[in-house]
Amino acid sequence: MACEPWQSQLDAYLDGELTAEHMRALDAHLRTCPACTADVLARVQLKRAIKTAGTRFTPSPEFRSKIHKRIAAKRPRMWSFGWATAAGLVVLLLAGWLMTSVEKQNLRQQHLYSELADLHVTTLASANPVDVVSSDRHTVKPWFQGKIPFTFNLPELQNSDFSLLGGRITYLGQAPGAELIYQIRKHQISVFLFPEDLVGLSTRSNITKERSFNVETWTQDGLRYVVFGDAAPEDLRNLATLLKAAARP
Amino acid sequence: MICARTAENYRQNKWNKIAPGRFTLVSVSAAPPQSGTFEELAMPLFGQLYNFAHWLAQNREEAEDLVQETYVKALKGFGTFQPGTNFRAWMYRILRNTFLTSRSGKKAAQTIPLDEGEDGQAAAATTDSQTPEAILIDRNHQDLLQTALEELPLPFREVLLLCEVEEMSYQEIADSIAVPIGTVMSRLSRARAALRVSLQQKLRGT
Repeated sequence: MACEPWQSQLDAYLDGELTAEHMRALDAHLRTCPACTADVLARVQLKRAIKTAGTRFTPSPEFRSKIHKRIAAKRPRMWSFGWATAAGLVVLLLAGWLMTSVEKQNLRQQHLYSELADLHVTTLASANPVDVVSSDRHTVKPWFQGKIPFTFNLPELQNSDFSLLGGRITYLGQAPGAELIYQIRKHQISVFLFPEDLVGLSTRSNITKERSFNVETWTQDGLRYVVFGDAAPEDLRNLATLLKAAARP
Repeated sequence: MICARTAENYRQNKWNKIAPGRFTLVSVSAAPPQSGTFEELAMPLFGQLYNFAHWLAQNREEAEDLVQETYVKALKGFGTFQPGTNFRAWMYRILRNTFLTSRSGKKAAQTIPLDEGEDGQAAAATTDSQTPEAILIDRNHQDLLQTALEELPLPFREVLLLCEVEEMSYQEIADSIAVPIGTVMSRLSRARAALRVSLQQKLRGT
């Protein structure tokens, strides 16, 4: 009989493991062969019966939840992971906040220095750069009395290359201050003095450049000193040294 | 003709489940997820793994121990599971290995006289002519069938359960019990033949 080659394939056929081509061929054969069809039917029934009989045991709910709890015990780790994430976020936020505030501070400094640059340039460009025209520190210092809320000492310049041109009242961030104009070899240098607590400038250890000007700044006796100009850094440092010495009692 | 139609329908239903390319919708909804946390992957298999464990161990207490050990081992070894490969087969393999190293598993494995690699078809062919008796299997004979299944040697029992109850493909069965696919086919054939013989004897006895 022609059934012989098909017999061995019936199981694979019902298990869905034949290739599509073989499937079609076997389908065709089954339509013409009652014997094989009966065989297939018996196998189908056995398969179904085994499926029913084989699906027999179900775990108790208690056992299921016991195992579930056991493998879900990894959850606390997830929690600590969550905490770690939260902590990380807080750190990031703090760092971000710090950076923004540092950034803000920097911006404010930048802003103050550009204002100082403006003041310096405005003074030099003015037709009347100084309100008190004198090279005599004993004339200049008293002139400020009653005009600004502080007093200061100016250095003796006889043995130096600096000369005092005069002084004027100035304002920085609405704080009144003194601006003194010194000259060295045609370079004019502004020396600003403000009450320290009214001007939010921070001290820098070295001479820095602001908009191509050199700047030296420090605080002394509650005053903020800013030496500002296009002269060489050494000149600024020398002037600063003189000013610091003069301010010492 | 009706019979042929039934067989064809059956076959096509099965085909739907295992041929992903042809019936995408069916196979997508039927396919277990292959990625996720261990809990997400393993808990949906709990019922069927327990059923299989009970069939292997033959009693509730041992089956529970077996399942518990399997889940603990699998959780520990989850790092070695390769995502995208068959998670279900991986779980069954762990369950089966756990059983085979247990005391009753060793005993069950010892008592099996198996000539693996022999032509399983020959044994199957001799019983094929007697299959009509299987038609007698209806609800009244469920307990007979269950006893017959219980008495089957372990290698036969497990391939039959994986194929008929879990509806695994030959490849998935091969992955689960770690044998070549050819062995799966011959074992299935011999298992069915053995079951038929056993059933016939039991039916004759009633």
